[in-house]
Amino acid sequence: MSSSIERLEAWFREAAPAVSFCSLRYVSERSEHVSVRRGVVEPIASGDDAGVMITVADGGGLGYAGTCDLSRAGLQRALEQAREWARRTEACAVTDFSAATLREVCQGEYRTPVALPWDSMPLPEKIDLLREQSERLHADPRIVDWDASLWHTETETLYLTADGTRVHQVLSHMIPGLGCTANDGSETASRTFGGRGFCRQGGLEVLEQTGFSEAAPVLAREALELLAAPNCPTGAMDLLLAPDQLILQIHESIGHPLELDRILGDERNYAGTSFVTPDMFGRYRYGSDLLNVTYDPSDPGQFASYGFDDEGLAARREHIIKDGILMRGLGGHLSQQRTGLSGVANSRATSWNRPPIDRMANLNLEPGDTTFDDMVRSIEHGVYMQTNCSWSIDDSRNKFQFGCERGTLIRDGELREVVKKPNYRGISATFWRNLTHVGRPETREVLGTPFCGKGEPNQVIRVGHAAPACVFAGVQVFGGEG
Amino acid sequence: MQDYFYELADFAETLLRAPEVLLLGFSGEESSFVRFNRSAVRQAGAVEQRHLALHLIRDGRRVTTHLTASGDAALDRERVRKALDAARERLAVVPEDPYLHYATKVRSTESVQPNRLPEDEGQVVDAIVKAGEGRDLVGIYMAGGIHRGFANSLGQRNWFSTYSHHFDWSFHLDGDKAVKCAYAGFVWNPAEFEEKMARAKAELEALRRPPRTLEPGRYRVYLAPQALEEVVGLLRWGGFGLGARRTRRTPLLRMVTDGAALDLSVRMVEDTRGGLSAGFDEAGFLKPDRVTLIEGGELRDPLVSARAAKEYGVPANGASRRESPESLAMAGGTIPRQEVLAALGTGIFINNLWYLNYSDRDACRMTGMTRFAAFWVENGELRAPVNVMRFDETLYRMLGDNLVGLTHETELLPDVNSYGGRSTRSLRLPGALVDDFALTL
Repeated sequence: MSSSIERLEAWFREAAPAVSFCSLRYVSERSEHVSVRRGVVEPIASGDDAGVMITVADGGGLGYAGTCDLSRAGLQRALEQAREWARRTEACAVTDFSAATLREVCQGEYRTPVALPWDSMPLPEKIDLLREQSERLHADPRIVDWDASLWHTETETLYLTADGTRVHQVLSHMIPGLGCTANDGSETASRTFGGRGFCRQGGLEVLEQTGFSEAAPVLAREALELLAAPNCPTGAMDLLLAPDQLILQIHESIGHPLELDRILGDERNYAGTSFVTPDMFGRYRYGSDLLNVTYDPSDPGQFASYGFDDEGLAARREHIIKDGILMRGLGGHLSQQRTGLSGVANSRATSWNRPPIDRMANLNLEPGDTTFDDMVRSIEHGVYMQTNCSWSIDDSRNKFQFGCERGTLIRDGELREVVKKPNYRGISATFWRNLTHVGRPETREVLGTPFCGKGEPNQVIRVGHAAPACVFAGVQVFGGEG
Repeated sequence: MQDYFYELADFAETLLRAPEVLLLGFSGEESSFVRFNRSAVRQAGAVEQRHLALHLIRDGRRVTTHLTASGDAALDRERVRKALDAARERLAVVPEDPYLHYATKVRSTESVQPNRLPEDEGQVVDAIVKAGEGRDLVGIYMAGGIHRGFANSLGQRNWFSTYSHHFDWSFHLDGDKAVKCAYAGFVWNPAEFEEKMARAKAELEALRRPPRTLEPGRYRVYLAPQALEEVVGLLRWGGFGLGARRTRRTPLLRMVTDGAALDLSVRMVEDTRGGLSAGFDEAGFLKPDRVTLIEGGELRDPLVSARAAKEYGVPANGASRRESPESLAMAGGTIPRQEVLAALGTGIFINNLWYLNYSDRDACRMTGMTRFAAFWVENGELRAPVNVMRFDETLYRMLGDNLVGLTHETELLPDVNSYGGRSTRSLRLPGALVDDFALTL
């Protein structure tokens, strides 16, 4: 426990005013980014960020103030600002925040288990590791751009309420990256390490878990292969999605539409609304019987695991969709109060300078019982798509179109030739009902993204997704321009 | 804030050991954020933040450290001292950087706008809530100071401060039908605000008509400046930088390799002079007033960051590391704005697009959705709102073969994004009339 945390805690216990609700959320994040691009070590960048957000609910209004001034005077000023915004908005608040704010007292600690701490490998060794991967990526003169990187962050948070809640968490994130781009005239093809989705909590052990050191030659070979590949064909066909594409499908067409704040309309001016309405919970058929989706903050290695959300609600695994039926939404305590619906502990903020809102955390598609080979064998005419590179969906999260880095045609139950620029489009409300096979646990990958954007003011946050390979029937597939 | 930063830079210089060089960047803001839903306040608050970027250089090596600055001089001096010590240790183990490049000719500048924002923001909030009475208003009001600074140990000092407001909102009917609006500026003018509100309310009435669902196909469309903002906004993602051009990752690849071109009327410039951003970069280079990106439909000069300049042996032109335009301006055409409906004739009037991405990056083919208010127009008259549709179209058709014309008037569109901090980027764009625009879903 650092002295700055003890000092903040002492100040808060002394300064918290007699209002309906008052909280302090301290966030400190240390980071380091090491990368080698085109064989050259990029400037090593480290970060050290710290600040506090104070929130006050009083008279029905709610106000917050975020500050990086952690002196007593700075904290006091932030407290006064938060009180002032609560006062200004008490007559025009969207709900009675004094009544709706979480008041249950909670005490807790959570820390990412780390086997190999980031600092256990000296910087020169990290540089050597990345140089080696960089060389392996540059396997041919047609590889015109390539990079290898390691990004590590350690985030410490302390959440206190005047009622006595105290939650202390330390999360360690690893984001390994590999990418290469091949070019031949007006054709360019890129392959990346899971769309940079092999991000997890933990230390350097994540590199072995994700196969970081073995991936470069495969990526280089596949990028070159794509240069000469034909375009993905057009038509309705079966679609076998690899986990590094399926996570995007889950994220955009299950995760976002189930966020309760979208259903409440908070996001309609920016991130959008949802085709899901409150009456659908408990009865709506979201997908086929094979579709089981969980919110699971309990896997210590997944990217968005934690013990408590940013409003002090204890996190636990819940079924969001069970056997295809929509069970509960993705919303924290406040959204649950506003909607009267069940939710999960996912009120989260990107840092100390943004207020918590409903965010996905770890949202996973549970494995099924079909082997990868059996999934391929089940397809007479289709395509296997790997690694997301393009995503677009309407503001109700219904009409989507996604593109992948690599496609492989499937004919008569066998993987055939590679095709470039594979895309597909569909509608969320019907797409998941055409889920015909779900891969066994050995096809499952634990992935995520460091960059999920949402909210006003805007926030980008870390999200985890784990998924097996899956098959969807009768999907509209197409390729690039002729 | 400026004095505070310069004093901190002066102090940091005293800690250097010859021949070390220090580049020190600053970004900060004091912002109010008030978020609305259903014409009531969802979240309201303030954020005060300051960030330093220290680049310590010695013997051709560089290490970068990003720090939060508290604003407390004693505390921040100690943080800078520790950061420099840690950077010095790393400098000893990192290799030489062949692309290290920073301004060595001292060119100090200062741009400080007066703060003319209202002192009582409660009155602004009240006015917004009142304007939304009886309607469903959703959006965000953001206001306050934004500051950027640069200092180096060679004696250069640059400062930029602006004080602005940006109220970005939409009026909603049932479902996804809405009118999207923005009121941005440096002075909150109640009369101007009321006028924008009145216009939005009038436009909302047109949305009450029963919507029409279109079949996929090719349509004549008018893309309002706010819709074109999404198209050009996507192009900013790798479209104009030297690095993307040389590594063949640019979405304008066919302009680079095959001589593909847009319509003769298309002209785009990085217009720093006419924009809202600071005129210096993180390496201390000053930005030229203008860089011509596209002229006569053909690709011209790229944006060149300091690092790319060294890598490819060309002069830098003040671009950020990502080489993305900050203040792109597109020239207007010949269609008077008031004659847009007549020029469209029969087709779709698209106010907003949404969530664009490349479906074939090499061919600059992009997909995205219509959003908020799009209208079916017949014989120059609005007939019905159109339910959201997906498009999938290349830039070469949109602003090339199928471009009918651009509006004479252009609109300044300040960027509403606030990831990490409030943006100072902007676009100045006309509207575009396009034939055979492909709707796919």
